[in-house]
Amino acid sequence: MLGLYRFLKYSAILLWSAFVAGPFLWALTTSFKTSEGIVSGATYIPWLQYKPSLDGWGVLFRRGGQGIDIVDPYLASLTVTLSASAISLVLGTLAAYGLSRFSYKAGPIKNADITFFFISQRIMPPIVLSIPFFLMLQAFGLLDTKLGLIIVYVALLMPIAVWVMIDFFHNIPVELDETAMLDGCRPVETFFRVILPNCKPGLVVAGLFCLIFGWNDFFFAFMLTFTKTQLLPVAVVALNSSVTPWWSLSASALVSVAPLVILAFVVEKYLSRGNLAGAIK
Amino acid sequence: MSLIIDNVSKSVDGEIHLQDIHLTMQKGSFNTLLGPTLSGKTSLLRLLAGLDKPTSGRIMMGGQDLSSIPVWKRNVSMVYQQFINYPHLDIYENIAFPLRRAGLAKAEIDRKVRATAETLRIDELLRRSPGELSGGQQQRTALARSLVKGADLLLLDEPLINLDYKLREEFHDEFTNIFADNRDTIIIYSSTDPLESLLLGGDILVLDEGRQLQHGPTHDVYRNPRMEAVARVFNDPQMNMINGRVENGRIVLGQGLTLPRSTHMTDLREGKYRFGLRANALGLSRASADDVELEARVELGEINGSETFVHIHHNEVSWVVQEDGVHTHSLGQVIRVYFNPEYLFAFDEKGMLAAAPKYVPGSGTAEE
Repeated sequence: MLGLYRFLKYSAILLWSAFVAGPFLWALTTSFKTSEGIVSGATYIPWLQYKPSLDGWGVLFRRGGQGIDIVDPYLASLTVTLSASAISLVLGTLAAYGLSRFSYKAGPIKNADITFFFISQRIMPPIVLSIPFFLMLQAFGLLDTKLGLIIVYVALLMPIAVWVMIDFFHNIPVELDETAMLDGCRPVETFFRVILPNCKPGLVVAGLFCLIFGWNDFFFAFMLTFTKTQLLPVAVVALNSSVTPWWSLSASALVSVAPLVILAFVVEKYLSRGNLAGAIK
Repeated sequence: MSLIIDNVSKSVDGEIHLQDIHLTMQKGSFNTLLGPTLSGKTSLLRLLAGLDKPTSGRIMMGGQDLSSIPVWKRNVSMVYQQFINYPHLDIYENIAFPLRRAGLAKAEIDRKVRATAETLRIDELLRRSPGELSGGQQQRTALARSLVKGADLLLLDEPLINLDYKLREEFHDEFTNIFADNRDTIIIYSSTDPLESLLLGGDILVLDEGRQLQHGPTHDVYRNPRMEAVARVFNDPQMNMINGRVENGRIVLGQGLTLPRSTHMTDLREGKYRFGLRANALGLSRASADDVELEARVELGEINGSETFVHIHHNEVSWVVQEDGVHTHSLGQVIRVYFNPEYLFAFDEKGMLAAAPKYVPGSGTAEE
């Protein structure tokens, strides 16, 4: 009985892994092929079935002239995503701590309303925001600049950080803050010395969400840039399959997802919340 | 340095949590705060810690009004019901935390941390993290952290309530040693358990529904509860209360159980009274020739730790008898119970104490 259960369990896991990893492997093999390798039908095993080549990859890094250059969009994407995520994480964490620990009141507006205001930014369809953002960036002369995109991304990513961190702070008993204050910490010291060090799993989750959403965004990157600044998703989509060979397209897709895949492996241990549970009862 | 709580009230959103608390506690004293759940114990401790502000009244420490001093500048420690420790620090650093904040020298911190850890028997665990410890060990860590800084005011908010019965007993034994040579700190220990207050001794403040009912040496309050409400809070199981009267020089309980007037009742005027009898003053066997015998029907047998509370019914009145040891009684069974009228309390119609027994069984002290 147990044998059958295990057999089914591992079969299911294997099937799902194949489903998830299949496209990656396909793109990976394709990226090392040449035109001969592709037209000769479905082949999967390098050296045995086809002769691997770095031509497809080389095209990506050829600056100017023939081929495409994704180095600049890559660096632009890294700059914009990392800056916007870092700013969102810092501001979002502070905002979430404030909202979880102190009562704010401005007329009828209270903590719950402020929290909803943050969250509602993500409920709205992004297209609603596109024209206001466009006009605002235009007014400040920030269209087609990295700074403009960073500002827009902070507006989009901070609600995610606030959302994740509020939930996290609510699970830290306020008695921990109070104990720190009774032990001689001012409120700011309480936050940095006691609360923040216990938030690592939450910060990792919030940071990861920010990076994923920021890195993957196509819509605003497309709307708010033209020629000077180009982000990776826009650059990749702009590749035309009738001009760019399939093996280069595959290579560009792989380099696009690479940072997130590597990141997921690095932070994997933080993603199980069991790290904090049990420390505070 | 004495702590003066001067007419302190606290209400939140129109709901009264504390009303006119007025008392003084001396340096080096041990005080328990006894009251049922929601009686205002935690509210009072939070005001004293500075975590909340009183709605009216003042809290003074050594002649200084505390209201303008922020929490982190007061020299106060607090231990919560929940086991609160810094999860990211090991036990050593947890205990050292307040000392580091106070800027003590390394060698002194080390000496104090080790001494306190030894007192609380966690000196073997200093390099562990709180998450790896049992509940009892976690609370020992919290206690060590609260003791190590030598606060002027040490607040313990039902610290043992989340531990099991055995561990609680273990802590009670140790507390006597831990707090024995306290000279400089005012310790306030809140509890819902009358027995715990009696074990810990010192002074007691009985609270009920946010009101201060009685304040004084614990054993005095136990012997002479100022009013019926104090007797109710300060007994577990509750004191048996029976309506009755003093009539023609005799005491009549309930529906006509007539008793001779015992010596401590001789001054009572004729009239209506509520008579109180502690459950531990009732027994299933005759203890002396003066005992009154009741024939009663068993309604419920409740086993509580190493005692049995037998709920009985006699002549329209329900009583609770506390019996040592674990016993079983079948429901509806008719049993004989005995009590000595010397142990009866009498409260007047306003609920104030009119007569208290000279001897109190179970008060834990030598009788005068």
